[in-house]
Amino acid sequence: MFASIVDLYRYPFIQNALISGVCVAVASAVSGYFLVGRGFTFAGHALPNIGFAGAAGAVLFGVRPVYGLFALTILAAVTMAFAGRDVRERDVSIGVIMTFGLGLGLMFLSLYSGYAQQVYSILFGTILGITRQDTLLTALSSMGVVGVLLFLFRPLLFSTVDPVTAAARGVPLLFLSVIFLVTVAVTVSLAVQVVGAMLVFTLLVGPSATATRITGRPVHAILLSSFLGVSYVFIGITLAGLSGNWPVSFFIAAISFLVYLPVRIVTGRPHASIRYAKVHES
Amino acid sequence: MSAIFTSELVLRALLGGTIVAVAAGIVGYFLVLRAHAFAGEAFTDIGFAGATGAALVGAPTLSGMIVFSLLAAVGLGFLGTRVKGRDVEVGMVLSFALGTGVLFLSIYSHTNATHALGGVNILFGSLLNIDVVDIVLALASSLAAVTVLMVVYRPLLFASIDPAGAEARGLNTRTLSVVFLVILALMTAACVLAVGVLLTASLLIAPAAAAVNFTRRPTRSIALSVGIAVGITWLGLVLAVAGTGHHLPVGFFISSLAALVYALSLAVRRKRHTARIEEPHHLDRETGRGE
Repeated sequence: MFASIVDLYRYPFIQNALISGVCVAVASAVSGYFLVGRGFTFAGHALPNIGFAGAAGAVLFGVRPVYGLFALTILAAVTMAFAGRDVRERDVSIGVIMTFGLGLGLMFLSLYSGYAQQVYSILFGTILGITRQDTLLTALSSMGVVGVLLFLFRPLLFSTVDPVTAAARGVPLLFLSVIFLVTVAVTVSLAVQVVGAMLVFTLLVGPSATATRITGRPVHAILLSSFLGVSYVFIGITLAGLSGNWPVSFFIAAISFLVYLPVRIVTGRPHASIRYAKVHES
Repeated sequence: MSAIFTSELVLRALLGGTIVAVAAGIVGYFLVLRAHAFAGEAFTDIGFAGATGAALVGAPTLSGMIVFSLLAAVGLGFLGTRVKGRDVEVGMVLSFALGTGVLFLSIYSHTNATHALGGVNILFGSLLNIDVVDIVLALASSLAAVTVLMVVYRPLLFASIDPAGAEARGLNTRTLSVVFLVILALMTAACVLAVGVLLTASLLIAPAAAAVNFTRRPTRSIALSVGIAVGITWLGLVLAVAGTGHHLPVGFFISSLAALVYALSLAVRRKRHTARIEEPHHLDRETGRGE
C-alpha cells in the first residue's frame, strides 16, 4: 500500500496535479476566507459556472479556454460587485447573472458542432491532464492572487467585518469589493482547470467554512483554511490515483464535507458571523 | 410557420413549460421574499446528484431528484434558519452533492460508454425534449408544491416578511422553514425537467425578483411573477422554434429574457426609489438583516 503511494508520486502528471492543486488550494483558501466572511458564498458558486460559459465561447472561437474563462468571470465579478450590499438583492442578482451566463454557455455549446470533450472537462475538471506549462501558470497566478489579498489585507478585513464603520472611516468599499471579486474571478479561473467548474466551490468555501468555525482570529483562520485546503487536495489526488477511475473532485468534496460536519456539530450555534463580530469588539 | 406550432413536439413543450412556469412564479415569490435564492439554486444541483444516481441504478430521473432534494431540504431547514451565515451551510451541502453527482456520472459513463455526455443533457435539459411522462410528473410535483404553499400561505407570508414578529406570535418558524424548503425541493425538481439543472433559476428566481421590484403587494407580485414566468417561457419557445434557423436552444432564450426582465425591473425600481426615498419597504429589509 505504502509502496504504491510512493510509486504514484513518481508519475509526472501526478506531480503536476499536486503542484497546481496545492497552489490553487492556497489561493482559494485565502480568498475563500473573505468570501465566507462577506456572505458571498453564492458568488463563489456562480463564478465558476459563468466561467464555464466563457470557456465554451473560447472553444467556439478557437481560442484557448483559459482566456474565455478569465474574460467572462472578471466581467461577471465586476457586475456582481455593483449588485448591492443587501443580502436578498445581491443573491437574486447573482442568480440572474449566473443563469444568463449559463444560457450563453448553452448557446455556445449548441453552435459548436465539434466534440464537446473540452467543455466537458471544464465542467468536471482534468486535474490529471495538466501540463508542466499549465502548472507554472497556475503557480504564478496563485502567487499573484495571494499577493494582492495580502497587500489589501487590513482594509479588506475591516470592510468584511464591519462594513458600516469601515465606510464611515473612509475605506473605499465599492473599490475594495470590485478588486476582491476580480481576485476571486482569477482564482476561480485557475481552479476550474484543476477541479472543474462544478467543484471549484468546494475549495473556495469548504476549508474556510471549517476554519472560521474553529478559530475566530483572522490570521489563524486563514492559515488553518490553507492547511485544510492543501490537505484535501493532497489526499483527494492520492485517493483518486489509487482508486483508478473515481474522480478527484468527488474525493475533495467528500473529505471537505466530512471534516466540516463534525466541526459544525461540535461548534453548534455560535455562528461564523457572530464570531467575526466578536473579533472586532475585542 | 403555423404548422410548426401545431406540431406535437412544440405543443408538449408549451404545455410542460406553462405548468412549470405558473408554479415556479408562485413559489419563486416566497423564495425571493425569504432570501432563499442560493438554496433554490443549490436544490437544482442537488437534483443533479439525484438524477445521476437514479440513472446509475436505472430508476426514473425525477424520483432520484426528489429523494435527494427532499433529504437536503430537511437537512438545510435544521442547519440554518438565519439569513446571515446560511449561505455557508447551503454551500457545504451543495458541494458535497455536486461531488456525489460527479462520482455517479463518472461511474455511469464508465459503464455506459455511449452515454459519456449524458450528464451534460441532464444539466441543460430542454423543453423540446420533454415527453408525456415528464409532463405528468412535472404537473404532479408542481401541484403538490403549490397546494402545500396555499395551505401554509398566511403563516408563511407572515414569517417571511417579519420573522421576529411571527415568532413572538407563537408561529413555529423553524417548521415553516422546513415546509418551505420541501416545497422548493418539489418545485426545483419540476423545473429541472423543463429547463434543465443549470437554467432553473431563470424560472424560479428572476420572474419573482422582477415582480417584487415592480410592485410590493403580495398578491399582485405573485400574479405578475407568474405572468413574467409564463411570458418568457412562451416567448423563449417561439424564438427557439421560429428562430433564424440556427436552432439555438430554448434555455438560452428563456435565460436571456429572464435577465432582461430583471434588469428592466431594477431600472424601474431605481427610478421609483429616487422619486420617494422614504418608501416603507426599507423597513422590512432592515429587519431581515437585523435578526
